Amino acid sequence: MDGAGNMQSEKSKRDFLKYVLGGGLMAWVASVVYPLFAYLKPPKQAEVEVSSVKVGKLATIEKDSGTIVRFGNKPVILLRTSNGELRAFSATCTHLDCTVQYRKDLGVIWCACHNGKYDFNGKNIAGPPPRPLDEFRVVVQGEEVFISKNA
Amino acid sequence: MSSILKKTYEWIDKRVQLETLVEFMGKKYVPVHRHSIWYYFGGVSLFLFIIQVVTGILLLLYYKGSEQLAFESIQFIMSKVQFGWLIRSIHSWAANLFILSAFIHMFSVFFERSYREPREITWITGMFMLFLGMGFGFSGYLLPWNELAFFATKVGTDIAGVLPFVGKPIMVFLRGGDEVTGATLSRFFGFHVAVLPGIFTVLLSIHLVLVQRQGMSEPMGMENVPASERKTMPFFPNFLLRDLLFWLIVLNVLAILAVFFPWELGKKADAFASAPAGIRPEWYFMFMFQTLKFIPAKVLFIDGEVLGVLLFGAAGLLWMIVPFWDRKSSRGEKSRLINYVGLFVVVYIIIFTTLGYVL
Repeated sequence: MDGAGNMQSEKSKRDFLKYVLGGGLMAWVASVVYPLFAYLKPPKQAEVEVSSVKVGKLATIEKDSGTIVRFGNKPVILLRTSNGELRAFSATCTHLDCTVQYRKDLGVIWCACHNGKYDFNGKNIAGPPPRPLDEFRVVVQGEEVFISKNA
Repeated sequence: MSSILKKTYEWIDKRVQLETLVEFMGKKYVPVHRHSIWYYFGGVSLFLFIIQVVTGILLLLYYKGSEQLAFESIQFIMSKVQFGWLIRSIHSWAANLFILSAFIHMFSVFFERSYREPREITWITGMFMLFLGMGFGFSGYLLPWNELAFFATKVGTDIAGVLPFVGKPIMVFLRGGDEVTGATLSRFFGFHVAVLPGIFTVLLSIHLVLVQRQGMSEPMGMENVPASERKTMPFFPNFLLRDLLFWLIVLNVLAILAVFFPWELGKKADAFASAPAGIRPEWYFMFMFQTLKFIPAKVLFIDGEVLGVLLFGAAGLLWMIVPFWDRKSSRGEKSRLINYVGLFVVVYIIIFTTLGYVL
């Protein structure tokens, strides 16, 4: 074998080793990093799928009031207007995730965190909230009040 | 007795050559001038950090980091454990004083341009420690699992979530899920007592080693003063004793605050209660919180809070890399711009913090 050929084969041997070692190192890093990142990501918990909840007797819900109702693992605000009408909205402020409340004195749904305001239709009327609250359906069956997801 | 001490010293000296260290300490001088007072705030911050480590470890003996037990365990510490109220109160107050002292330290360094070459790394490690300090505050705030903390954490993590692309994964990572739950408490507990202290200790070591290696920064223009007119003071014992005196004053202030204004616990967090009226974050987040209140829902086509977060992020980054864009100070020239920027930031923080409390 002549010198040039020898060098050629040396080089390809060297390259081969470079790829094997480099590839091995990368595979090793990936096999350490991937499980770590996967571990940091919390697993999806099976959420209880709730489509409807019973709130209670109509007579117990005062006029001109708002109450927070547990809907699965989310809070919902149930409003009763002064003329007795019932409405329900997601109680999670669309701004930064706080839980809203009904302000009798202002006649609005109000978020204490950043002074966001919504009207009786859940529409954002003042402050930083970017969109209206999601509406829920309120059904009265006999004396019982139910809240269900808007289809 | 003294011969035992002497023998011990010699025994150690033979093995680790204490002599060089003693010589170094003996040769260390601190410049004396009319801005010398600002030198003490770094030391005060260090002292408060040490208090946090000690009281934090003490709290760990009784605290339980879970949704069902966190609030109750702090109730237990405050009502049943002897001096538990004091330890917790000191931990809460020292946290606030630490942030205050670190802020004073930072602004004094900024206005003195002490970040200028060759102290860029000291400045940057300091800035990272301040951010970590705020991270300590934010994560520690949740640990009592009370109403205020619950909503503050909801808002804080949701703000991280509005960032484009990376926001949502960061939010889920911080919360340990889509919502603020017991999983969030577990994570914050881990961050607060393990992750953050670990990183902080590394940064603190670099920061302190650099301060020792490079010595105290002198005000600009001092190099023009003839050596005969420059005053100094030996670090050991003159400056160190003054340092200790300052620490003693801080300890007294801390004790007065902790005893006469004990930290409240509030009501236990309830995911199905409305956010209470008058909810507000810790005072050092107030100026950002207040700014978010003022930004409208949409500015052109960008969401208000996205804009707010990006603006604060950019401002924080610019502030942190000031040694690299303020070349004038490194050359020894006075830069007016730095004064204006610094004053603007101080005035902005004061105005918006005040607004946060009076509006």
